[in-house]
Amino acid sequence: MSNPQQLRYSKEHEWLSAADDGVSTVGITAHAADALGDVVFVQLPENGDTVTAGEPCGELESTKSVSDLYAPVSGEITEINQDVVDDPALVNSSPFEGGWLFKVRVTDEPEGLLTADEYASFTAGS
Amino acid sequence: MSETDSGATGGGPRTTALDAVHRALGATMTDFAGWDMPLRYGSERDEHVAVRTRAGLFDLSHMGEITVTGQQAGELLDYALVGHLSRLSVGRARYTMLCDASGGILDDLIVYRTGEDTYMVVANASNAQTVLDALRERSAGFGAEVRDDRDAYALIAVQGPEAAGILKGVTDADLEGLKYYAGLPGTVAGRDALIARTGYTGEDGFELFVSPSDAVAVWEALTEAGAPAGLVPCGLSCRDTLRLEAGMPLYGHELTTRTTPFDAGMGRIVKFEKTTNDGAFVGREPLEAAAGQAETSPPRKLVGLIAEGRRVPRAGYEVVSAADGSVIGEVTSGAPSPTLGKPIAIAYVDPAFAEPGTEGVAVDIRGSHEPYEVVALPFYKRQR
Repeated sequence: MSNPQQLRYSKEHEWLSAADDGVSTVGITAHAADALGDVVFVQLPENGDTVTAGEPCGELESTKSVSDLYAPVSGEITEINQDVVDDPALVNSSPFEGGWLFKVRVTDEPEGLLTADEYASFTAGS
Repeated sequence: MSETDSGATGGGPRTTALDAVHRALGATMTDFAGWDMPLRYGSERDEHVAVRTRAGLFDLSHMGEITVTGQQAGELLDYALVGHLSRLSVGRARYTMLCDASGGILDDLIVYRTGEDTYMVVANASNAQTVLDALRERSAGFGAEVRDDRDAYALIAVQGPEAAGILKGVTDADLEGLKYYAGLPGTVAGRDALIARTGYTGEDGFELFVSPSDAVAVWEALTEAGAPAGLVPCGLSCRDTLRLEAGMPLYGHELTTRTTPFDAGMGRIVKFEKTTNDGAFVGREPLEAAAGQAETSPPRKLVGLIAEGRRVPRAGYEVVSAADGSVIGEVTSGAPSPTLGKPIAIAYVDPAFAEPGTEGVAVDIRGSHEPYEVVALPFYKRQR
């Protein structure tokens, strides 16, 4: 699985796009989607919610498990992906594109977000 | 994200004779009762649908086989288990249970009578040692030998509406003459096998007990024979959703040492009318009491629940009254049902809420009370 070079990654397996007018797009990685199995339900934060880096802000439910979704950065939610709410399988079929989860106006970014290569090393062998 | 509910882990799991095949197929493996088993090969939902509509191929070599032989093999099993196994015809199989002295379930089993004086007991992987120990202990005084045959067999299942057609192409056995819950010796791909018409998916299908040294050849022959019919390899993940839809209990979830067969709604498999051993069997007295209580005042009943929403109930979640939030039961298994397109669960609930159609039942899903419909099990029954 190749991780897009232009994105940055959290150790909780979220990806984050470069900020466009201060707004970044967030999703989960192909590695994470594959580990989860078929995603059947996503619970996302709502527009206007404030999220905090490293804190849970939603849930991803798959056949066998439920996992917390963490915010990779702090900020205000400006948009959620209604397509993925309606069809959670997009997380599996298109994790870096159609399966994006939410957009956030970034107010604070934690140390330690990974580059694509660093994330690939982080997940190697797991 | 991070996992908050994952499978059991442990050191140094055992591998089956098909391990290299699974790895070549790119399976996601999981530790299951000390065995490294395929969880899924691709999408577990696609595997599930394949078994319901075409056919699926499973490696179940982690299951534990125990052979009981001798003139009193049937009498021993009548004493050790809740079923009346001495009455079983040669070539037939029975679903039964091993209970402890207080009537609690130690394991659920399938017993095949493979000869006049020979039975094969198939135990769940996690309980195989318990079953072996109990049968050995209970065999004292009986003219019967209990043999650990766990290493003697690999177990391959082919399940689904196309299963008979696929197997027919690679066996010399008369499948038309093989009834549901029966087994007979034959060959598959030229290798000796005990061919049983059993399974855990709710579909027609076969379980093939073969020598571990023949497992790869049998698997590959079935893969090739099944390709035109759309057969796919399937892992334990879809096996669980298939059995859940079919309303089949799973040890450790619906069945535990704290439940009797009557608590699990399976009292019919307890045979008080046994004629051997003067009707004595392990657990008889407490099971009689449990039978009486199930008639008059059952503690809780096993029911099906279907979600109105999309959040999935998991084992251990509380079933609550939507009216006042009081706890009225507990989920024992839950998953999104590919066939129904909705989350489903099996749960023990108070009798007042056990009638199908009972209003006001909810499941506490991490703090949110999600509405559920009470239904009779199973959720899915195949057309015959």
